Amino acid sequence: MKQILDITGMVLMLIGGIFLFLGGLGIFRMPDTYNRLQAGTKATTLGGMSVILSVGFLEPGWMIKTLVLVIFIALSNPISSHALARANYKRKNYPYLKGGKEYDKYREVYQKEEEEAI
Amino acid sequence: MVQIIIYITLGFMFTGILFSALRFVLGPTAADRTVALDTLTTIAMAFLVLLSLVFKRYIYIDIALVYGVLGFIGVLVIARYLEGAL
Repeated sequence: MKQILDITGMVLMLIGGIFLFLGGLGIFRMPDTYNRLQAGTKATTLGGMSVILSVGFLEPGWMIKTLVLVIFIALSNPISSHALARANYKRKNYPYLKGGKEYDKYREVYQKEEEEAI
Repeated sequence: MVQIIIYITLGFMFTGILFSALRFVLGPTAADRTVALDTLTTIAMAFLVLLSLVFKRYIYIDIALVYGVLGFIGVLVIARYLEGAL
């Protein structure tokens, strides 16, 4: 039983470390703020959850507190990335799209909202 | 066996911290720096939890939780400020 828990923890830990490394690499290499947000937040969420859960598997007495941390990461990380993307859009840094303006579905709604606010 | 895996994972996470810290220094706009700060917070949380396994200290998990809460609130406040509503 101890061996099964150890092997599960080690596999989860390696997966999490690789995903955290890929998150850092993506945030360094991507060309645009929205691409950086995409690469940095989602890969980091999976990697952090998996590393923290692997510590819970390797030390079964600490399982409850690591589960609290995992739930906190799963709740907080998408909220902060959503707030950052919205703030960046409101500063008029529009995403670069190859097809032109008509692929940006949010811009019409946003301009209508702004006209109503004035 | 567990020790080797732990050290390999610490090396991966340290490389990730290095890359996002580089983006935090170089980033052209303020939003890029804030994205890098968000990533740094999450990687540092996982790093602290793994260090609690290396040193066998239970209290480091609490420190990771408090650090995560403070980083989350900080990123939300900076995003609100960039939006122009603060």
